[in-house]
Amino acid sequence: MIPAAFEYHRPADIESAVGLLQRLGDEARVLAGGHSLIPMMKLRMAAIEHLVDLQDIGALKSVTIDGDAVTIGAMVTQQELIAHAGLAQSAPILREAALQIADPQVRAMGTIGGNIANGDPGNDMPGLMQALDATFLLSGPDGEREVEARAFYEAAYMTDREDDEILTAVQFTARPGGYAYEKQKRKIGDYATAAAAVLVGKEGGKVAWASIAMTNLSDTPIWSQAAADALTGTDCGAEAVKAASAAALADIDPTEDNRGPVEFKRHVAGIIITRAIQRAWSRA
Amino acid sequence: MSKIHVKLTVNGKAEELLAEPRELLIHVLRERLNLTGPHIGCETSHCGACTVEMNGKSVKSCTVFAAQANGAEITTIEGLGTPDALHVLQQAFREHHGLQCGFCTPGMITRAHRLLEENPNPTEEEVRFGMAGNLCRCTGYQNIVKSILAAASEINAAKEAAQ
Ligand SMILES: Cc1cc2nc3c(=O)[nH]c(=O)nc-3n(C[C@H](O)[C@H](O)[C@H](O)COP(=O)(O)OP(=O)(O)OC[C@H]3O[C@@H](n4cnc5c(N)ncnc54)[C@H](O)[C@@H]3O)c2cc1C
Ligand code: FES
Ligand code: FES
Repeated sequence: MIPAAFEYHRPADIESAVGLLQRLGDEARVLAGGHSLIPMMKLRMAAIEHLVDLQDIGALKSVTIDGDAVTIGAMVTQQELIAHAGLAQSAPILREAALQIADPQVRAMGTIGGNIANGDPGNDMPGLMQALDATFLLSGPDGEREVEARAFYEAAYMTDREDDEILTAVQFTARPGGYAYEKQKRKIGDYATAAAAVLVGKEGGKVAWASIAMTNLSDTPIWSQAAADALTGTDCGAEAVKAASAAALADIDPTEDNRGPVEFKRHVAGIIITRAIQRAWSRA
Repeated sequence: MSKIHVKLTVNGKAEELLAEPRELLIHVLRERLNLTGPHIGCETSHCGACTVEMNGKSVKSCTVFAAQANGAEITTIEGLGTPDALHVLQQAFREHHGLQCGFCTPGMITRAHRLLEENPNPTEEEVRFGMAGNLCRCTGYQNIVKSILAAASEINAAKEAAQ
């Protein structure tokens, strides 16, 4: 399984990388950890003339936590996310989710930026980014711009990113509260049959706010406003959780594939959402 | 397509070669450098038989272009021990029946080596989780886990004795 031939570029900074993408047009692709892209190239499902490897760009590798403002560079690997003490403190859901992605070797190479930019509905970070209400920073020929995670995904493998733009970082505001990333998979290392990211805030024994998102249950990640509304103001008891789960299920549109028929996926989704809410609440 | 100059340090030895950008690290190691310890099992990033260390991280060398590895330090199973001087992990796999056909073993041991570097005193569960990227068709994993735990105790005992 050898990919088709291509030219390899390893720019040292963002400007040169954007310059290459602009000059080479849609024949060029960014290479981050390569753990989604290289398998596709081996299967010859992606024909690429030029690969622009971002590994030498130091500016894409930093993590900054300034109070509740968190910024994570696109080239931070999943392994680095898991090991980062500051992140474990301010946004522990990142670690919980990253530990459920693939296996140690894949996590050593796979980056947060690649996971987000890829656009595969099976990727776990996009759903998590919906829950966190993250903002994506993109650099292109016309400079920088910001896109809300909740507005980034258009369809499977289709995002708001232009071909000559690089995702440089993700930003979000860490909010204290309960969290859970629950994922059902066929075996360890697999993509989700269904997964849910839940964040909740507690005040006076009641749900002050909630954010609920789902992975691999539609052709994009799904953030459910209705599910959060159903939970907010309640005591997060059985009735409220049931209502929130029903609301979340109304927002998804799973398709049949080798992970099961639609009915099964909806069943699994219901269980995963319920568990995620309960676990998040128990930590709030 | 133009070839590129790739410099690697493999098992402590400097290597230089011209490679097509699309050449995978596993092919460079096996076919150009004759290091046939790392195996090709699935070629689809799943089985871990091709696992090597790259700059202190366990990677599946079937999913890394040699061009990406340019400048890197690589350790393969050949760099861990020799038939006359087995690495503690190799000895433990031998003693505890951590292998049957042996196909997965180079990947298992290179991965286990990194795991123990990062977590010298793992629980059984941590070993299982840390080895999740390596598949074995023969052993049922039980003895692989046993071998790694045995190697960990041995390495720790040796460290204590040295202190
Ligand atoms: C066996 C296996 C199991 C896996 N299981 C899971 C799983 O359970 N959950 C999960 O989420 N993922 C899983 N993955 C995918 C893995 O997490 C990938 O590493 C990740 O999806 C992509 O990150 P990458 O850094 O490897 O990106 P690459 O493969 O290098 O890139 C992916 C795509 O994003 C683009 N891209 C990358 N970085 C940028 C950037 N900064 N700006 C613009 N575009 C960019 C590339 O051009 C490419 O199109 C699995 C992979 C394997 C091989
Ligand atoms: S050959 Fe590389 S993971 Fe199987
Ligand atoms: S010993 Fe045969 S595959 Fe593991």
